[in-house]
This record gives sequence, structure tokens and C-alpha cells, in this order.
Amino acid sequence: MKLNNVIMRTMTQMVFFIIFLFSIHIFLAGHFAPGGGFVGGLLMSCAIVLLLITFDLKTVQNLLPINYMVLTASGLALALLTACISAFAGEAFFTHYFDYFTLPLLGKTELHTAMLFDTGVYLVVVGVTMIIIQSIGGDE
Amino acid sequence: MQLWMIFLPVLAALFMPLLFKKIKLHTGWFVFIVPVVLVSYYVSKIGERASYASWTWVADLQLKIDSSLDGLGLLFSILISGIGALVVLYSIFYLDKTKEQLHNFYIYLLLFMTAMLGVVQSDNVISLYLFWELTSISSFLLIGYWFTRDGSRFGALKSMMITVFGGLLMLGGFLILANITGTLSISEMMLQTSVIQESPYFTLAAVLVLLGALTKSAQFPFYIWLPDAMEAPTPVSAYLHSATMVKAGIYLVARFTPIFAYNTTWIWLIVVLGLITLFWGSFFATKQRDLKGILAFSTVSQLGMIMSMLGVAAMSYHVEDGVENVFKFAGFAALFHLINHSTFKGALFMIAGIIDHETGTRDIRKLGGLMSIMPISFTVAMIGSLSMAGLPPFNGFLSKELFFTTMLNAQDFSFASIATLIPVAAWIASIFTFVYCLYFVTGIFFGKQQELPKKPHEAPIGMLISPIILASFVVIMFFIPNVITDALIKPAVLAIQPNLFVAVSDVDIHLQAWHGFVPELWMTLGVIAVGFALFMTVKHWRKIYTIVPEWFSLNQLYRRMMRLADEDMTKLSKLYMTGSIRMYFIYMFAAIVVIVLSTLFIKDGYAFSTDNVSKIGPFDIALVVVLVVGTFTVLFARTRLTAIIALGVVGYSVAMFFVLFNAPDLALTQLSIETVSVALFLLAFYHLPKLSRHEARLPFKLGNFVIAAAVGVMVTLMALAAHSQKLLPSISEYYKETVYKEAGGGNIVNVILVDYRGFDTLFEITVLALAGMAIFGMIKLRRKKGEHHNETK
Amino acid sequence: MEILMAFVIGFLFFAAIYLILSKSLLRIIIGTGLLSHGAHMLILTMGGLGSDAPPVLADGVSNSSMADPLPQALILTAIVISFGVTAFFLVLAYRAYQELKTDNIDEMRGEEHDE
Repeated sequence: MKLNNVIMRTMTQMVFFIIFLFSIHIFLAGHFAPGGGFVGGLLMSCAIVLLLITFDLKTVQNLLPINYMVLTASGLALALLTACISAFAGEAFFTHYFDYFTLPLLGKTELHTAMLFDTGVYLVVVGVTMIIIQSIGGDE
Repeated sequence: MQLWMIFLPVLAALFMPLLFKKIKLHTGWFVFIVPVVLVSYYVSKIGERASYASWTWVADLQLKIDSSLDGLGLLFSILISGIGALVVLYSIFYLDKTKEQLHNFYIYLLLFMTAMLGVVQSDNVISLYLFWELTSISSFLLIGYWFTRDGSRFGALKSMMITVFGGLLMLGGFLILANITGTLSISEMMLQTSVIQESPYFTLAAVLVLLGALTKSAQFPFYIWLPDAMEAPTPVSAYLHSATMVKAGIYLVARFTPIFAYNTTWIWLIVVLGLITLFWGSFFATKQRDLKGILAFSTVSQLGMIMSMLGVAAMSYHVEDGVENVFKFAGFAALFHLINHSTFKGALFMIAGIIDHETGTRDIRKLGGLMSIMPISFTVAMIGSLSMAGLPPFNGFLSKELFFTTMLNAQDFSFASIATLIPVAAWIASIFTFVYCLYFVTGIFFGKQQELPKKPHEAPIGMLISPIILASFVVIMFFIPNVITDALIKPAVLAIQPNLFVAVSDVDIHLQAWHGFVPELWMTLGVIAVGFALFMTVKHWRKIYTIVPEWFSLNQLYRRMMRLADEDMTKLSKLYMTGSIRMYFIYMFAAIVVIVLSTLFIKDGYAFSTDNVSKIGPFDIALVVVLVVGTFTVLFARTRLTAIIALGVVGYSVAMFFVLFNAPDLALTQLSIETVSVALFLLAFYHLPKLSRHEARLPFKLGNFVIAAAVGVMVTLMALAAHSQKLLPSISEYYKETVYKEAGGGNIVNVILVDYRGFDTLFEITVLALAGMAIFGMIKLRRKKGEHHNETK
Repeated sequence: MEILMAFVIGFLFFAAIYLILSKSLLRIIIGTGLLSHGAHMLILTMGGLGSDAPPVLADGVSNSSMADPLPQALILTAIVISFGVTAFFLVLAYRAYQELKTDNIDEMRGEEHDE
């Protein structure tokens, strides 16, 4: 789908980053406000789909040279490893840990192992969605 | 240590592929070390007190892997490892390294060794059962070792079907016992015999456990798998199918005698089936033409003999004579014959293998006159056969005499006329035993030499070592039987008849060859006289075997049952498994409707109440209208694009519902999913088929309509019922209260996903990743044109 | 509202099953899409609809006025899974269509491969 539409291209370049930042925001906020790995991941995929619709598959591949298979696999591995942390510590599988830290710039922040797990979810959702879209879109 | 010894063979098996591929020396030499280590370990345990070791497996379920080395366990362990060593030694010369897949063979053999040691040492019934089935599986693999032959596959499957069938029933018996006593340990069950006897399931448990033993030990009418198991390589036949695995059933009966002996059904089943097996096997052995076939039937018959003696041993529980009990010889006799049988039958099997190896045939009609060509084999075969026939000076004579003593005593148990038949049946069966022993030896070694596939000559010395060792045991045990019985058998008898004997010194049985002109001696002489007469006239009465037609046999029954299970059931299932997915859907939906509606009806679950309903706002009405219109559009759409866009409309209105119902996470997810989905449909648009209308006929549509409407009504009723009655409080209260304190989060939905129910999410993303990979595979990894046919078939 | 939703959900299920039982591949896929919408709404309705606030901790929101979070968590999972499944069906369908040149499900019966 190669459209020669200047307005759409320009807009897309801006909107892409807005959606991207929003997806990161909604992902990070997920523990206290609506959002999380699933929604964040899906929004990210929406952003990339938008790019795909505006530009063509090859351009996007050059722009974002990501192997989505690897992305999915590393997401799964991250989720699984996070679940295993507690098992190594001798506690039940999937026990999460959290504590509050005072970080520079951010102030008092909660750091949570569930966040790592959610990162895994995020990566898998982006990876799988893009595998599906790319496979279908790239099929002759 | 004790437990590691059980697992030593299977650990050694791990190295077999490496040893086979990298080292030129015959793999058997490495395997040989294992049983030698084992046998020296177990022999060093002789005379020690019973020892116990265990690994906890699942503590809550009382599951353990354990090893209890009492007299009985030790006797069998020595038998398993001792015969194992000789068989491995023999196999080194029997199987050619350059032609055979030796690593497979030895892995199966070592697996079997572990399994068998596990069976005879386990005290926990569940681990006993696991090892028991492992012996069936390794036996299956070994029978099917030459898997390119039809006979091997058939025999392997047959043995597995029958023994696993029995094994499952046995598990049922174990579970009944565990239920009654509340323990999985055999030794603890024995402390509760009075509790077990009072249970109404006592007889059922006894029969179930016995069926496991009968199938494994090839007793009538389950013996039919053993002759077919002779397709296995001869070392396997000698090891599994005569010396060890088939004795697992004997072991089981012996082990459970203190529990089940109080049950007369158990006793009579064992004695009667044992004697029938003894007679049946010995009678039909003479019919066989294949050397290993003769030996298989002879094994069946000898196992029946041991079994019947164990039955008599159980009778001792019903009389209160203490040490003067007339049944005190039975358990001793059974175990003594068990050892003797392993020695002479092992030797005979090895000789049969040698004959096969050196002449190229096992058909007794083609063989003959090999006495002068193969003198050593002849001597060994002669010793083995005469011992089996019960002649002096071989160990078989001693155990045959004990057998007669046992059977004569069995009359005392019951004064019913059937009891007097016991010794008569035993005597007749012994005559036929005598006949086939002569038939076996003379058929191979006497008479005229005939044209053979190979030019016969004596076997290499390596192959002869094992049978010679076994044959020398046969002779030695005749002259010094008491040394062996004191060390091995008397401690083992304690496990079978703890009611009679408490310590080894209580067993005051002293074996001697000559004990005057007692009935046993006359019976032996009678056997020799009549047996010899029958053997000389064998040509005249052989016709008797053809009286019963071939189709009327247990083997045919087995085939019919297999056909029933396979072909007939396939036909039956094809009646409804038509291959049409639509039909399957109809079955499923109809079943769901019937099950749910009838459950609602039976449990009186219909309910309709308008309490607690939330208000209907204008937005709600508008959304419902959009949703319904969208769905109608999907239903009646004539083009693909309309259908897809209408589906999108439905999806977005669902997202709006989520907003209305205070589910912001869902709304966000649904919105972005819907966007991606529409993009997906549009991307795939080019490839998708047109929205064709195959279902033009009205009755077809009507049928679909009825089923769909039924499901719709059912779901509505379910939703109404679910709303109208709340039986239990929602577990969400727990989440709401603990989410901040324990999980450190505020968005409960997300915390449930990543924390409380993290497992679900982990599996969900796994499924998602699999779906992605499957899609990738379907699209990218397709076959190119041209290589269409040469890949799959 | 719950009563009304019960009927709407029943209708969604009816439409979905009717489509699934048809012979055309694309209709079946669309039917599964509708079915998952119906199922999600059903779970949500069963949990009760009359709440005042989303299941997110906030000042001034009592536990009882919050929506039930459990059905929402279940549905969130289900939405993503049903997306994966729909995509899978879609690709399966069009690949089958390409290879077999038909979209009639009755012509796609599996062949028996006996021995």
C-alpha cells in the first residue's frame, strides 16, 4: 500500500510519536491507573500499524529494524524469569516483591517485580501483533 | 546406597549410545559390569537383617520410592542380577555388534533391570505399580526389538495389552487396600489384616491383585502372550520370559499372601488355576514345533506349578498347628522350585538360542542327530531337561518331590472330593512334563541328522559359558541344597508364612534326596514309567491336538477382542465422526443446550428477579440499538466489506459498553484491539474468499436457525438466572482489600493480571506467541510449487 | 439494564451461532468474532453492572461502589486471546482457500488416512 499523500505522511510522523509516548505512559501507569502491558502493547502496535498504512512494509522495516520473533521470545523469557525469581529465593513460584525507593528526579517511586512481568507481556503483545500483521501484509 | 542400586542400571543406560557409537568393543562388556556389581552387592547382604530405605516423592500423598530388602526381596534381587549377568554375557556372543542396534537393546535391558529390582523391593504400592508397568513396557520394547518383523510387533503388542490390562486391575486392587487401611505401605497393611478381612471389598481386592499376577505370570487363561513373546532375541526370552519378569506375578502372590491368605477365594483360584496352567502348558508343549515354543509352554506350565504351591502355602493360615502345620513345606517348595526353574530353564533357553544360531533353524522337525556334533550343548541340554523332568541327580528332582509332598498335603485342607483330585492332577501334569522334556532333547540331539540351513558345529566357548554355569548350578544344588536354602530360601519363606515362622531357625526343613519309600517316590517312579510309555507312542496320540479346531482357541478370542476394539469401534465412530465440522458444531451446541437447560431445570436454577437492577440510561438505549443494528447488518451483509465494517461497529459499541460499565481497562483494550482487527481484516481482504452463499436451501437455514435460537435462549436464561440469584459473595472483596497492602498496586484489574493470577497471564501470552508462530508458519513456510508430492509421502 | 443486556447477549449468541453453522468460511470467522463479543458481555453482566466507579483505588471511592474487578480481568485476557484466535482463523481460512480453491466447509472434509 504505497500512498503518495504528503499530509498523511507528515501527520503520521508526529502522531506516531504521540501514540508511542502514550503507550509507554499507559504501560507505566498500569499499576495504579487504567492501563498496563496489554493495552500499552496494543497501542504500540497500533502506532506501528499506522506507519505501515502510511508508508510501505519495507520502509517501516528499515525504520524499525526489529525482529518481532526475537521480541516475542524475549518477552516470554522475561515473564517466565520474573516468575522464577521467587522460586530461586525459595518461595512460591510467582511471588512478587515491591518496595518504595526515592529516585533522583522522580522522587518517591514504587519499584515492583510485577512491572518486569508486565514488560514481558508488553513485548509479547507488540511482537505477536506485528508478526501477524507483517506476515499477512507481506504475503503476495 | 540401597536405592541407588535399583537405579544403577538405568543410570548406566544413559551412556549406552555413546559407548556403542564411539568404542569398538562390544557394548555388552560395559553392560556386564552392572549386574556383576549388583549381584555382589546383594550377595553381600545375605544374612543381614532386613533393611529399608526411601526417598519421599510426594509427602502429602504418601508417595515414596522405597526399597525394602527382606528375605523375599533379596532372593528375587539376587535372581534378577545373577541371571542378568549371565544373560548379558551370553548376549555378547549372541548379538553381532556390526549388525544389531546394540545400544537400543541394552538400554531396554537395563531399563528392565531397574524396573524389576524396583518391583521386588518396593514397599509402597504405587511405586510397585509404576515399576510393574515399567517391566511391561521394557518387555514390549524388547519383544519388538526386531521391529521390522510382523511377528515381533504382534507379539509385543499382545504381551503389552494383556500385562497392562492385568496391571491396571492390580492397581485397582491396591487402591481398594489403601482405602481400607489408609496406608500405601505393604508392611503397614499387613499389620491391619483383621481390618482388611472385615471389609466387604476384601474378595474384590484379592481377585484384582491376583489378576495382575496371573496376567504377568502367564497363567491360564492369560498365558497366550508368552508363546508370542518368543519373537524376542533369545537372551531376552531367557531373561525376561522365563527367569525374571514372568516371576513378578509369583512374587506378587508371595508378597501378598500374608494379607490375602485368609480369603478362600484367593486360595482356590491360585491352586486351581495353577494346576490347570501346569497341565495345559505341559500338555500343549509337545504339540509345538518351535524349540522356543516348547520352552515357552514349558515355562507356562512350570509357573503354574509354582503358583499352585503358593496357593497351598496360603492354606497354612487356616489351620492352627504351629510348626507341625502340614502346609509348612509349600512356601519353601515354591521358592526352591522358582530358583531351580530359573537355572535349568535359563540353560535350556540359551541352548535353544545356540541351536538357532549354529544351525539356522528352530524347527524341531528339521533338527536331529546333533549329539556328536555339539557335545557340550547336548550335555547342558540333557542336564536341564532331566532336571525339569524331575530326575536325580539334579535339583529338579528335589523340588518335584517337594511339589508332590505339597500337593498330597493339600488334600487335608478340604474334605471335598475335589481336593483328592489335586495330587492326581499334579501327577498327570508331571507325566506330560516328562514327555516334553524327552521330546525336546531327543528331537534335537538324537535320531538322524538332516539337511540344515547352516552347517552345524559347536558354539564358541563364550556363548557356552553361561549355560554351563547354570547347568553346574543344577547339579551342585542337588548335592548341597541346604547351603543355598539356608542362605536364601528360609529368610524368604518368613515373608510368605510369618504366621508359622518368626526367625530363620524356625524353618526346620532339611532337604535330602532319599527319604525312604514314601508316596512321593512312587509318584516319581510312576511318572517315569507312564511318561516313557507315552513318549514312545507319541505318534499314535498326537492326533489329539487336532481335535480342537484352530478357531476355537484363546488366541482367536484375543484376536476377536482386538478387532472389536479396533476395526468395529472405528466403524462405530465413523457413523458420527463424518469429517464435517458443521456436524460437530451441531453436536456440541445441541449438547451444551441440553446439558445446561436440564441442569437449570433439575437444580431448579431458573430465576427471574428485578431486584438490584441498574437503571437504563439514554446512552445505554442508543448503544443497544447500535449493537443490534450492527449485528443484523453482519447477518444480512451481502459483501465482505459490509460484513467486516459492521463487525467493527459491533466491536466499537462493545467498547463503549465497557466505558459505561466502569471498565476503563477493557474499553482501552477493546478499542485498540478493534482497530488492529479491522486493519487485519482489511490487510487479509485481498486473500479472503467472497462472501458466498452456499446455504441457499430453506430447510438448511431453518435447522441452523433453530439451533442458534436455542443457544441464544439458553444464554439469556443463564444470564437472567445468574443475575437473579447470588449464592455466594464475590471473591473480589479479597482483592479489593489486599490490593494496596499486599500487592502494592491501585488498579485492581491489572494487579489481578500480573500478580494474583499471573499464571493465567503467563499462559495467555504463551498462547498468543504460539498463535503468532502458527500464523507465521502458515504464511512463510509454505511449500513451493513442484515439491508438492515428494515431501509428505 | 441487566435484564435488557441478557436479551442483547442472547441475540449476539444467536447471530454468532447462526453464522458459525453456515458453510462459508468468512461467515464462520465473523461468527467467532461475534461469539467472543457476546461472551465478554455475558461475563461482565454476570458480575453486575450497577457500579459507580471503576475498580481503581482512589480517594473517596468505597470498596462497595467499585465495579467487580474479577470479571474485568477475565475479559481482558479473553479479548486478547480472541484477537489471537481470530487472526489465526483468518489466516487458516485464507490459506485453506488458496490451497483448496473452495470456501465451502462441506467440501473440506478431512480424508481418512488409514495405515
